[in-house]
Formats: sequence, C-alpha cells, structure tokens
Amino acid sequence: MSSYKHLIVAALSIGAISVSSPAALQCAPVPDSITLNPNGKLFSPFTFNHAKHIQSIKECADCHHHTTGTLVLDPNCARCHQNSSPTAVVSCKGCHSATPFSPETLAAKRADKQRYHLDKMGLKGAMHQNCIGCHTKVGNGPTGCQDCHPRTQQGAAFYSTNRKGAKPAHAEEE
Amino acid sequence: MKRRNFLKACLIGGTTIALGKTNKGWASGSFEGYPEAMGVLVDTTRCIGCRSCEAACNKEQKLPEPDTSFDDPSVFEHERRPTSKAYTVVNRYQKEQPSGPVYRKVQCNHCNEPACLTSCFVNAYTKTQEGAVIYNSKVCVGCRNCMIACPFNVPGYDYDSATNPIVKKCILCYDTRLKYGKPPACVEICPQEALTFGHRADLIKLAHERIRATPERYVDHVYGEKEVGGTSWLYLAPVGFDKLGFDTTLSNDPIISNVKDFLGMVPMVLSIWPALFSGIHLLCKHEEQDGHGHDTDSNQEDTKP
Repeated sequence: MSSYKHLIVAALSIGAISVSSPAALQCAPVPDSITLNPNGKLFSPFTFNHAKHIQSIKECADCHHHTTGTLVLDPNCARCHQNSSPTAVVSCKGCHSATPFSPETLAAKRADKQRYHLDKMGLKGAMHQNCIGCHTKVGNGPTGCQDCHPRTQQGAAFYSTNRKGAKPAHAEEE
Repeated sequence: MKRRNFLKACLIGGTTIALGKTNKGWASGSFEGYPEAMGVLVDTTRCIGCRSCEAACNKEQKLPEPDTSFDDPSVFEHERRPTSKAYTVVNRYQKEQPSGPVYRKVQCNHCNEPACLTSCFVNAYTKTQEGAVIYNSKVCVGCRNCMIACPFNVPGYDYDSATNPIVKKCILCYDTRLKYGKPPACVEICPQEALTFGHRADLIKLAHERIRATPERYVDHVYGEKEVGGTSWLYLAPVGFDKLGFDTTLSNDPIISNVKDFLGMVPMVLSIWPALFSGIHLLCKHEEQDGHGHDTDSNQEDTKP
C-alpha cells in the first residue's frame, strides 16, 4: 500500500527549472533541455527539448504565462496582470502545486478568503494540459502517453499491459 | 356508541394522523447533503480517455485483473457500465464530431439522498459525513434492490460468488483515502486534472465559475448539482448531457420523494385499520346480541321453505 502511494507521489513530482530572483533572470541561462518526471515510477523520465520548442514557438509566454516573456494578452488575465512585471519564479512548480488535493492544500485554500485563483491547476495537470493541449491544437507533436515517456516495468504491471489480446472487456457484460 | 359517531371519530382521527405524517414526509426531502461533504468535479472537456483512473481504481480497490489492458482503446467501441470487477469505466461519445470525441467517466455518483440506501431493508448502505456512500457486505443479503433503485444504474453484482453474494460499487476510496481527507485514487492519477477533488459546496462554485469564464467551452449546466437531490460527483460537459449518455429526464427531487407519500400512509393503515375493523366487528356482535340483527332474521325467514 505505502509503496503504491509512494510511486503516485513520485510520479507527481515532475522536475523543472527554477530561477531564484529577477536579477538572476536576466543572466540565467535558458536551459536547452529539461528532465521532466525525473523520479517517475510508472513512467520513465524524459528529456524535454526546450531549445527546439523555443525555436518553433518563439513566444515564452505561450507556456510561461505571465512569468516571463511578453505580458499577458488574454483580456481576462490582463485585468490584473497587464502591468505585472515578470515573476521571480519561472518554473511550473513555482506556482502549480504537486499535491493540489492534499488535505493541507484544501485547508489552506478554504482558510484564505482573499484568494482569487481558486481553480489553479496542479503541477501534473498544468504540464499535461499545456503539452497535450498545444500538440493537439497545432496538430503536430506527440499526444499519446508513451510518445513522451514510455512506461516502466512497474507501469506496465499497473496498466496490466500483458492482458492485451484477451477477450474484450465489454464482451462480458452482454 | 352510535355507529354514526364511531365512524365520524374514525374519519377525524385518521385525517389528523394522515396530515401529520405527510408533513413530516415532506420535510425529510429537503436534505441537501452534509455541509462538509467532499466531492469530485469531472470536467469532460479535459478528459483524453487514457483510462488511468480505471487502472488506479483497480489497484486501489484490489479488484481482479481486467480482461484487456487499461490502454486498450477497443473498449470504447461499446458503452460500458460499472461492474463488480470495475468500479469505474470511461466511455466515449461524440466520436463522429469534428471537435473530437468526448470521454465520460462513470462511477457511483454518491447521492446526497441515495436511492440504494433507501431501498435497502438491512441498512447495508451508509452516507458518511465525508460524502461517500459506503456499503457493508456483512449485512447484505444480496437482494439487489439497490441495483433496481439506483437512478444511474451503478451497483454491480458479484454473480461469480455463490457463497458470498455481494453488491459492489465505488466507495470514493473511503477506507483507504477519503477518511483521511485524501483524494480518491482516480483523482490523484488523472494526468489532465479532469477530476477535481474538494468540498462539494466549493466544487459547485468552481464549476459555475468555469462556465462563466469560458462560456464557449461548456453548456450552462452542472450535472449532479440538483439531479435526484444532488450528488457528490458533478459533471461539466461541452455538449448537451443527453449526448453523453447522461439521463436528463431525472427529477431534481430525491428518488425517495416518489414513494414517501405512499410510505407515510403505512403507519396510518397500521394504527387506524385495526381499531376501525375491531370497532365494526364489535358493533356487529353487539347488534346480534341485542336481537336487532333484522337482516339476519329476515334472511333466516327467507331461507325457510
């Protein structure tokens, strides 16, 4: 049981770059590649080609909304963030919690009556929606789970991959 | 006592009791769920049909191996329903649409006023304060009333076991997770965060806020907010819910409302009818003894040759 919990938590902790201060931002090297899902148990870690994405997208704010690059264009976000300066933290995990539904996170959300971004996504959801959403929209780029990160042996057991070719699941219910 | 007075008293007494019972019955239908109940908001516009939730449920609930792997897309060819071996299933709809298919996760919706609980005469079901509808297999007699009562066609029956026939369904991971405030396994594994876990009251606000912020993305309805008195699982959809296999003919009243007026009459029948009939019986006896039973006399006369 505890090992299962452990692997879920591990799958959640997706690594990303972090830059500590705005001053460092200007001189911080933009990484060419980033290892995502470094401690993944069900899915293996994979190397995100940052340089290639910079070349094809050119607009940092498409992924790093309001944290770096041009200012927000979404009229809804612009109401507050029109004049915001880039934030100190650029990495996804700086804002998006790896445990969005833990009792602690939910309690903190309930206690903070002033909070506006109540519907902020968790880290895993934010990254997957960003990647898969954009890949689907431009019709170019992987959208399947294993196109980016092949399953580990543990992952294959979790998804019962060896059960391929057995009688279809729906045959039984009829 | 005169016959007329007796009948009058019966009528007045019966009406009083009936009115009292019915008022109580109406009051019981206004339960809106426990204030601290948790729930899950399913955003079908986010789901990509990866079936990770099915795999996570299978492992968390220690269910038997599936018939095919959890990444086999052939299961989408048929609409499935939850069974005793799969507490949750993902179905695909609208696949011919240019906007792409819509996937919908199906599991127990954890009603505020569960019909399964109402229909169960051994009290095998419990609606916990955390919002989960849990099930006690130790007292279940396998009558399957709950399967008929459920408006969402959810409980699955374990037909394989002849010695221990039990009904199985999603329990919101109550024993292993919800009890400790943790989200169910399906929510935690979802890569797209199509499932949002939180307090039911907060999720309703969140759902309406998503519709308000991006009205082009959703139809203006949160399924489960009011259906059958409200459920702990709530759904957002990009197209009409009827196109995604949801029953849109369900009333906003809990299922128990359909029968509670009738059930309210049961105590009245039990309390008045014995008195009424024994009264009639005594009256007849009394008349016979007094020799006023002219009907009997005349009958006897008629039968004389």
